[in-house]
Amino acid sequence: MRVEKCYFCSTNVYPGHGSAFVRNDAKVFRFCTSKCHKNFKMKRNPRKVRWTKAFRKAAGKEMTIDSTIDFEKRRNVPVRYDRELVQTTIKAMKRIAEIKAKREKAFFRNRMASSRAKQIAHRKKRLEAAKGSFKLREPVTKTAAAPEKIKVSVKSSKSALIPGEGRSMGMDID
Amino acid sequence: MSTSGLKAIAPVPTATDFLDIVLSKTQRKTPTVIHKNFKISRIRNFYMRKVKFCQDAFDEKLSAILTEFPVLDDLHPFLSSLMNVLYDKNHYKLALGQLRTARHLIDQVAKDYHRLLKFGDSLYRCKQLKRAALGRMATIMKRQKDPLAYLEQVRQHISRLPAIDPNTRTLLICGYPNVGKSSFINKVTRADVDVQPYAFTTKSLFVGHLDYKYLRWQVIDTPGILDHPLEEMNTIEMQSITAMAHLKSCILYFMDLSEQCGYSVEAQCKLFHSIKPLFANKPILLVINKIDITRLEDLHPDSRALVQEILDMEGVQNVQVSCYSEEGVMELKNKACDTLLAHRVDIKIKGSKINNVANRIHVAQPKPRDEVVRAPFIPDAVKDKKKYDKEDPDRKRLLRDDELEDGGAGVFNINLKRDYLLANPEWKFDIIPEIMDGKNIVDFVDPDIAEKLEALEREEERLEAEGFYDEEENMYASEDEREAVEFKANLKSKIISQSTKKGMKNQARLPRTAGLRTLTELTEELTKAGYDPSRIEERAAILAKLQGAKRKRHEEEEDVDMEEDDSEGEEPSDWEDDAMEVDAASKVAKRQKTNSGGVINKKLPKTDRTTAGLKNEQQYDKTIKLRNLGQRPRNMLARAGEGDRTIKTKMPKHLFAGKRKGGKTDRR
Repeated sequence: MRVEKCYFCSTNVYPGHGSAFVRNDAKVFRFCTSKCHKNFKMKRNPRKVRWTKAFRKAAGKEMTIDSTIDFEKRRNVPVRYDRELVQTTIKAMKRIAEIKAKREKAFFRNRMASSRAKQIAHRKKRLEAAKGSFKLREPVTKTAAAPEKIKVSVKSSKSALIPGEGRSMGMDID
Repeated sequence: MSTSGLKAIAPVPTATDFLDIVLSKTQRKTPTVIHKNFKISRIRNFYMRKVKFCQDAFDEKLSAILTEFPVLDDLHPFLSSLMNVLYDKNHYKLALGQLRTARHLIDQVAKDYHRLLKFGDSLYRCKQLKRAALGRMATIMKRQKDPLAYLEQVRQHISRLPAIDPNTRTLLICGYPNVGKSSFINKVTRADVDVQPYAFTTKSLFVGHLDYKYLRWQVIDTPGILDHPLEEMNTIEMQSITAMAHLKSCILYFMDLSEQCGYSVEAQCKLFHSIKPLFANKPILLVINKIDITRLEDLHPDSRALVQEILDMEGVQNVQVSCYSEEGVMELKNKACDTLLAHRVDIKIKGSKINNVANRIHVAQPKPRDEVVRAPFIPDAVKDKKKYDKEDPDRKRLLRDDELEDGGAGVFNINLKRDYLLANPEWKFDIIPEIMDGKNIVDFVDPDIAEKLEALEREEERLEAEGFYDEEENMYASEDEREAVEFKANLKSKIISQSTKKGMKNQARLPRTAGLRTLTELTEELTKAGYDPSRIEERAAILAKLQGAKRKRHEEEEDVDMEEDDSEGEEPSDWEDDAMEVDAASKVAKRQKTNSGGVINKKLPKTDRTTAGLKNEQQYDKTIKLRNLGQRPRNMLARAGEGDRTIKTKMPKHLFAGKRKGGKTDRR
């Protein structure tokens, strides 16, 4: 039992998930989802499809050369089970993952460094544009005191609809 | 087919069958339609073709017969003389010759009529010529009735002949009738020859096979022969003579000293002497049979002298056998085979071919190179190994014992981990982890992982010292900007997480209270935004008051109704039903008014049909409740219900099927 990589997008495919296609030369293609399978059937090259890991690696968007990467690979050399070795391996795996994450972060920072000036300019422009779209108003407190109450005699009209003062039409209340 | 050298022969039809076959074939395979007003060349061709085809058919069939029957001169001398004995060489040759002549005659007839047909001037003439041609051919064929019948019989007999291979190792059994030849072959091989207590039980050659020294031996049982001149011998005896004369074999001459066969020892000895010329250059075994009755030693001295005379001849060996008690049968078999083998080898060595083979053979023999003794090495463990014994309490424990203990066959499962070869046997039954944090542990397993990790750590330290991980100059121009970006990122993640959460539950998209906002909220926000909410507040107050008044009125009405109900309930029960149906509305004499004096125009329907068929208001409420409850699961799943508009059949058959005649496509 092992976690395979999707042929197209290189995500993990866990046992019992995804699908596999076996070509008549016995090469096995594993797919995480039907999306990847369909893309494969369309004969798309994963290196040219922007959302795949293969593209990101080929386009220099991800760390490809690093000493941490060499730890994980299929060695195809049978090694007898050794409890101590597996223990050290598991410990090492954790540490390697930590270092790798750190380096990936650094890699990202470096990658972004080149476009930094450009980005700052872009952001500034966006902010300017956003500011122009609306006007800020000063909050107003309730200025006038409650209007004076004036008693007005009710006309003996039987209609329920009466014109209010300064209003077009409304329900009359006592 | 049987006899090697004689191949399978197809059945030979009788003369009439032969004719039927050929004529019907001609009829079937040539054109049949002709008219007199056809062109004359066409008519001529039509009939010429028929004549020619018929001749071809005859030719083909006769040739097949002629080629299939073997030519006696080309066969092995044994087979050819056997066929001569059985079928008479002259008769056989004559029959085949007649067929050959018939073939030739038919060819000539066809040729003649073919020529005549060229001059046929009408359909009728041509047809008559064709008839004459076919008729003459048929007459020729009919005359071959006897040869064909004879050949068919020969064919059947050949197919029943035993498969005698003239060139292999052969033991040939011969002797007077009834001396036990067939009994012997039955004992030694799997042949099932009929054995009866009278002379000439065996009327033809029989073949059996036996295995000796991993070789296959052919044993031929011949019919008995009597001692008289060759010319007087019958067909049955002649078969034996043919076999003896032409087969290179070991001769087993059977003798019956007890004279139960009806022939005296003297006669038997005499026969041996008379057929002796046939045994030249062949190993001979004189087999004394039936020794359970009479042995050679018990014989009268006169007779014995006769037998001894034969035995004293060169190359004659003696064996005593009893097929009844099976005494000496195997010895005879072995001795005969050995003798024949030795004889055949002798002949081969004497022949010219031997040098070819001998030159190619080299037998290498190892020679000791020095005095050192080189004994085979056997490890002590192997030497001391005890033989496995089921009863021994200290016996080696087998997997079989485990199986018996753990439930026996079908239940017991072999644990392969048991046989693992690991540095520490304690680890054998460990559960080996396979996956951690989405990674295969196997991919990381490497004997040098500790050193490599150490190297990585050193590299890490170096990088940290070099300042590889230091956050360099700030990415953002100001703190505000950073906050804005972070806020944006947070918002994005929040939206994503919420949308996924929302997607998980299958419920209405908006809660019932989503659209409701309180007046205070509204005013607050308007004020904040810099608008005056006073007018909205006023209007809301008016509406709220109105609503309040309405509610109040409604409650009052209900009270009145209830009172009325009560009063009705109190009325005496002798009132008739129809008289009771008095609408409550009619009792309201006074029109209801608002507080401000406005009339409330309440146009209620005379009867409330929503409650029709129901006992009372409670029952109505309950039905509504139950209906809603029943619809809830469908609503939850947002599924289509009865009330939803649907098109049940997209393509109604009556509008799309059938011939288009009257009307249009959309309505018919």
